[in-house]
Amino acid sequence: MNLRATVMSVFLLGLVRLLTGAQARWHGCPPKAEQRIYFANHQSHADLVLIWAALPQELRSITRPIAAKDYWTASNFKRWITTEVFNAVYVERERKGDEDPLQPLVNALESGDSLILFPEGTRGHEEDPQPFKSGLYNLAQRFPGVVLVPAWIHNVQRVIPKGEVVPVPVLCSVTFGEPVVLGADEPRADFLTRAREAVMALREV
Amino acid sequence: MGSFLRSLTPDQQVSLVFVVLFGLLLIASGVSVVLSLRERRLMDGSDTEDVSDVRTLHLQDNQSLLRSSWIMTLVFWVGWAAGDHAALVLFGIVSFFILREFISLSPTRRGDHRSLVLAFFVVLPLQYALVWMELFNLFTVFIPVYVFLAIPVVSALGNDPQRFLERNAKLQWGIMVCVYGMSHVPALLLLHFKDFAGKTAFLVFFLVLVVQTCMLVQHIAARGLRRPVAPAISDSFHWRSWALGLAAGGMLGALLAGFTPFKPLPALAMALVACAAGSFGHLVMKAIKRDRGVTHWGLAGRSVTGTSGLLDRVDALCFAAPVFFHSVRWTFDL
Repeated sequence: MNLRATVMSVFLLGLVRLLTGAQARWHGCPPKAEQRIYFANHQSHADLVLIWAALPQELRSITRPIAAKDYWTASNFKRWITTEVFNAVYVERERKGDEDPLQPLVNALESGDSLILFPEGTRGHEEDPQPFKSGLYNLAQRFPGVVLVPAWIHNVQRVIPKGEVVPVPVLCSVTFGEPVVLGADEPRADFLTRAREAVMALREV
Repeated sequence: MGSFLRSLTPDQQVSLVFVVLFGLLLIASGVSVVLSLRERRLMDGSDTEDVSDVRTLHLQDNQSLLRSSWIMTLVFWVGWAAGDHAALVLFGIVSFFILREFISLSPTRRGDHRSLVLAFFVVLPLQYALVWMELFNLFTVFIPVYVFLAIPVVSALGNDPQRFLERNAKLQWGIMVCVYGMSHVPALLLLHFKDFAGKTAFLVFFLVLVVQTCMLVQHIAARGLRRPVAPAISDSFHWRSWALGLAAGGMLGALLAGFTPFKPLPALAMALVACAAGSFGHLVMKAIKRDRGVTHWGLAGRSVTGTSGLLDRVDALCFAAPVFFHSVRWTFDL
């Protein structure tokens, strides 16, 4: 990380903590440096920033968030901050041609990084998260050694609703739950429902 | 003793108070460490888990109280050592954090966003700026008159009629308690008394000590009492313990009269006024917490955050400060 990125990351951490507290709550698994996929509900673009800030320093450096390519590369600044500060992995939200949209994620996992994933694909507007897309299942099948940790991000949509520029201070937290394990012959739909329920169960913890 | 105290400069007098305070805290911390060591030995030896569980809980309660006392005293000391205006900024930061806690627990809708921006980034700094410039007449009416009229306008422009009155009331209450109330504490530092220059820090001490003593005595006296006045809101509010707390606060106020510009009898009256406002304010904040279904502002056990509530510690002060400030200004015609 170069100096500008380091300064930016320290500034962003301070800002996020001042505004939201960025509290991490570990229920069901400790913060541990093993290869993991954190999967969480998605209500705002700030989700990515919050979960990044909530992770402890040691985990933050080995964990890469997934960023929607069309949004996060729309301007030079967004592109710079996602690559240099968040060290994000870009994915296409729309499938283009024959290319596997999961390929960048597979590459990251093969090189030993942990990932932060929003399996809903897009931001939800309802209280409950939308049905999960199959990417999580495919990754779980291909990488059985990677631990799948559900997470619930609380309150972020209140900090900066869609279309607003100035964020408002509201306490937010990320609750990490007990890892979900893919069963030997578990059908895709069952696993995705189970994973979604594991995320939703953390809302009331 | 008295003549020795009078021979000191104001700065030395304030320093002495801090030495005494830190000394008391050291003793209390020492006692708490000894108690927790003994507790551990007891737990190893006995089978009566229920009893020791309860005792451990009490101990934890006391320890968290002790920790927050340390922090409060340190904050006051830093504020005093760095000067009145640094103290003002410090209290502004406290205001920011308690308003954040308050807003986190009051469900707001998307239409409130602009009003919230106004509250946090315009009203709060402006209120403290008015104190900084010592515009006390404007500062006492700025929020109740101008802000309370401006906030609903901004909310109405947000184009969301759902539960409009309720949402605005919540926001206005938040600003009233967390910004308006809190800002009156550092405002005491900037009052200009005749023959009391450099010693206004004692007024803040007086207020904080008297109100905290009242709350503490009330809390302790309530143990063992049954049939609270408003059981749905507070298990610990009884008229008898309330009167005891008030008496203790008033007595302490009269005893501390020498440190203030008041004579003993007016000091007693001032202390009583502050304690009454503080203890009732604490009850009101409890009612709001019950409405939201929580026991602490920081939501210690629930899903928003794990931080302990700062607002829990200072809510009595937020109610006592404006009343106390106004009484002082009125009595001395400042």
